[in-house]
Amino acid sequence: MDIKEIIFWSLSTIAFITAIYTVIAKNPIFSAISLLVCFASIAGHYLLLNAQFLFIVHIIVYAGAIMVLFLTTLMLMNLNEETEKHKPAIAQIAALVIAVALGIVLMLAVRKANVILTMGPITGSIGDVKSLGTVLLSEYFYPFEFISVLLLSAMVGVVLLMKKDKTAALK
Amino acid sequence: MTLLNIFADPHISINHYIAVSAMLFTIGVFGVLFRRNAITIFMCIELMLNSVNLLLVAFSTYHHDNSGQVFVFFIMAVAAAEVAVGLAILVTIFRNLHTIDIDELKNLKN
Repeated sequence: MDIKEIIFWSLSTIAFITAIYTVIAKNPIFSAISLLVCFASIAGHYLLLNAQFLFIVHIIVYAGAIMVLFLTTLMLMNLNEETEKHKPAIAQIAALVIAVALGIVLMLAVRKANVILTMGPITGSIGDVKSLGTVLLSEYFYPFEFISVLLLSAMVGVVLLMKKDKTAALK
Repeated sequence: MTLLNIFADPHISINHYIAVSAMLFTIGVFGVLFRRNAITIFMCIELMLNSVNLLLVAFSTYHHDNSGQVFVFFIMAVAAAEVAVGLAILVTIFRNLHTIDIDELKNLKN
């Protein structure tokens, strides 16, 4: 067992444990922190796969933007007490059965598909900023521009949604 | 006999990443079905998106093709927009109804 496998299995174990704790934690703040650790281990997977650019972007976007949004919203709503009621037992059992069945179906489908891909030597040009930037700005130029329009419209939409309705306060 | 023979493989193959991604996706689906708190459901959706991202990056590296990583970049942008809009909607709901329990939000039913 070489060092790469050790890193792979430890990162996967951390990801599983924190993902499960995200689901079962009673306090939503603990869920968010645990999800943050899960994202960090996925970022470690990216680094293991030599996707350097995505590693940085993943850290910035998820740890820096999305989790801050989650935590701010949680604290804004004052939801950090454990007041959440549980679903009825029949719904919980149904959720467990559905999830286990989905997992088994996914595994069996992949096993039937018989994917055989061996990792060739990483040449260094896959996933670094230069080659990814070349592909992004030549082959995928129009999607890249449309993504910026999407982010701008999402920003405008959020500001519009969060604005207090002045007319509703009058009635 | 394990499901994917991932423990019999001496080196890390694509099957390892498929197994990890499938497990993370399944945990995300379980969370969406299991929880009542809408914000936790959002987190589980993020988990599912991330498992798919991980698989795209793995396939991209194993195929020596950069396009998969560009897709992951786009998915991250869409996920950021989705989270921002979704959380804004949740805050608006909370401001009006003082709950984000999805079993309480049944106003459209009657």
